[in-house]
Amino acid sequence: MKTYRMHLMLCAGTGCVSNGAYRIKAALERELANHNLQDEIAVVMTGCNGFCAQGPVLTVRPEGIFYQLLTETDIPHLVEEHFLKGRPVSRLMFTPPAQETPVPKMSDIGFFQKQRLIALRNRGLIDPERVEDYIARGGYRGLAKALTSMTPREIIEEVTKSGLRGRGGAGYPTGAKWESAASHASDVKYIICNADEGDPGAFMDRSIIEGDPHAVIEGMAIAGRAVGSSLGLVYIRSEYPIALERLNLAIRQAREYGLLGNGIFGTDFNFDITVFRGAGAFVCGESSAMRASIEGEPPEPSSKHTHATEKGLWDKPTVLNNVETLAVVPEIIQRGSAWFASIGTEKSKGTKVFSLVGKVKNTGLVEVPMGTTLREIIFDIGGGIQGDRSFKAVQTGGPSGGCLPSSLLDLPVDYERLTEAGSMMGSGGMIVMDEDTCMVDIARYFLEFLRDESCGKCTACREGVDVMYQLVSDICAGKGEEGHIPLLEELGQAVKDASMCALGGTAPNPVLSTLRYFRDEYESHIREHRCPAGVCKALITYRIDPERCTGCLLCARNCPQEAITGERRKPQTIEQAKCIKCGVCRDVCKFEAVTVQ
Amino acid sequence: MAKLRPEDLDGIAESMRRAMSLREGAGRARLTVHMGTCGIAAGARKIMTALLRCLEESGASGVILTTSGCAGLCSREPMMTVELVGEAPVKYVDLTEDKVKRIFTEHVLGGRIVREDALAIGSEQTV
Repeated sequence: MKTYRMHLMLCAGTGCVSNGAYRIKAALERELANHNLQDEIAVVMTGCNGFCAQGPVLTVRPEGIFYQLLTETDIPHLVEEHFLKGRPVSRLMFTPPAQETPVPKMSDIGFFQKQRLIALRNRGLIDPERVEDYIARGGYRGLAKALTSMTPREIIEEVTKSGLRGRGGAGYPTGAKWESAASHASDVKYIICNADEGDPGAFMDRSIIEGDPHAVIEGMAIAGRAVGSSLGLVYIRSEYPIALERLNLAIRQAREYGLLGNGIFGTDFNFDITVFRGAGAFVCGESSAMRASIEGEPPEPSSKHTHATEKGLWDKPTVLNNVETLAVVPEIIQRGSAWFASIGTEKSKGTKVFSLVGKVKNTGLVEVPMGTTLREIIFDIGGGIQGDRSFKAVQTGGPSGGCLPSSLLDLPVDYERLTEAGSMMGSGGMIVMDEDTCMVDIARYFLEFLRDESCGKCTACREGVDVMYQLVSDICAGKGEEGHIPLLEELGQAVKDASMCALGGTAPNPVLSTLRYFRDEYESHIREHRCPAGVCKALITYRIDPERCTGCLLCARNCPQEAITGERRKPQTIEQAKCIKCGVCRDVCKFEAVTVQ
Repeated sequence: MAKLRPEDLDGIAESMRRAMSLREGAGRARLTVHMGTCGIAAGARKIMTALLRCLEESGASGVILTTSGCAGLCSREPMMTVELVGEAPVKYVDLTEDKVKRIFTEHVLGGRIVREDALAIGSEQTV
């Protein structure tokens, strides 16, 4: 690569691209050329930086100065001041919530400080579209080692000893899965990478593929060598256009360099990868439904009398691993199982990537050692709750997971502890909720999602989830009855027991966990016809507090129903018959005069 | 493209070494060219170009080239400060492209200060 004095690492993850990263790139290139700096300073597009809340973000190397929330109009000043004259622009730096001084360096920002990167090891340091960048950071050395100095048996032993468990949700030991597939002799075996990330609010897998596609390719090739497979398949949803594009490009580059194809690294090992685009049904992330989808059948789970590692895709031994699991494998091979096993808790080794979203200040992608507490993730890394409201709950594990209350904030996050608490690790979605979130409404939201996404094969899931949705909707609408809570619990248990796949088996979790920790909210809805968080429209009334209202008319001007009346500089009133409870008046009021009851 | 052998990985990594050490921020030497209006008018941009060429030709890594504002001694521009890890910074003044080449070879790579072009060793006192 040409010699430059400065690399501008501009995030090109989906979040930053949506916020105009490519317009920033064009503006940077234009301004650099204006100052004749194009031969001194390079603009490098990277994968997701993780700090999505502040996008578009830019990290200046070598100094490590972090700029955020960039707009095109900032660029001329930034280029002249910092990149030409060497004076960093503090106005574009990150100022932590509740502080006044901006923090110039990325490594000093709390969001980044507490993270430990393994799956995201190349985050922001490489251009995902250049295989040379990946190699320069130690890429493909794990594969080289696996092929030239290890037997397949030794590869499996190394992965087993590392304690790596599946990052897609269930936490099955990866080494055991590989060993089973290796033990079944067959002319053809498959390695499938599950990139059908379906949980609302989850984007770990997308970001890994976008930011470091070769890590996944290398992990798949190592898995192929270990179990004796020469065919890999990535099942990825079509809603991930940037990930798809970078993955396809990476596969082409790997073939060109002989890192995929026949005789990899001059050995007798052959391996190639094809990409299968899914249409984005939640159920396709389930192993047997995914298999059916690839085989051209409707994506319905089937009963697993035999393991997929014996008879999987097209009845051949098949290993199905999640994106993050595969991305970690090259590091384990290169650095050894002891290194990996030294990180994490007794039964959950290594790190886990979470997508931290919801009412948290620093939303984004974080990777922490297993055993990090929820409090550290939400408050130290996430910066706490937006608008200084108070924390109410965190939903882990996606729709199959559960909501955990503030009394569990000090829970160390690992597979066992989350399951004990009534939630699950899942693929790593983490949705933070504040005091203004109604837990009954949240349960309703997830049930609605699951009702839509149920494949319909098992009656318990198809009809049971639908009835649960109706019951919870009734409670939100103020039509709840005393018997609804025990009925929900009974039905939830029935859906768990009588559904064939894990999606049905976990579908009642959002209801059961909110009933476990937030039962009083259900009771308030049913007995007092009151929504304590002020969310469920049928149960709330907006009013204007005459003591606080200044008569500025801001609410009246914004009300889509023209339901607010009153004279200027006099307290306003809301005509309840017209009010649709959209909450705009409350959002715009500068005096906190609009109350919800 | 020829198929890679395991040993080729090192060659590719080597060709990217300077870029990577720059991104990782690992440097043993930091060269700061003063780019105030006075510096630019006196030819600081040419000094930077010459330094980049030195870096390219020598293949050295761990050398960080950066800029800063006016150093306060406008009459002696172009100026640059050379900081080697563990050593006091050295300010060079009245630079030309030829002088820069010599400083790069002798001081940055060789560790010997070029005394005739050096203004001072050490930083100003700050209160």
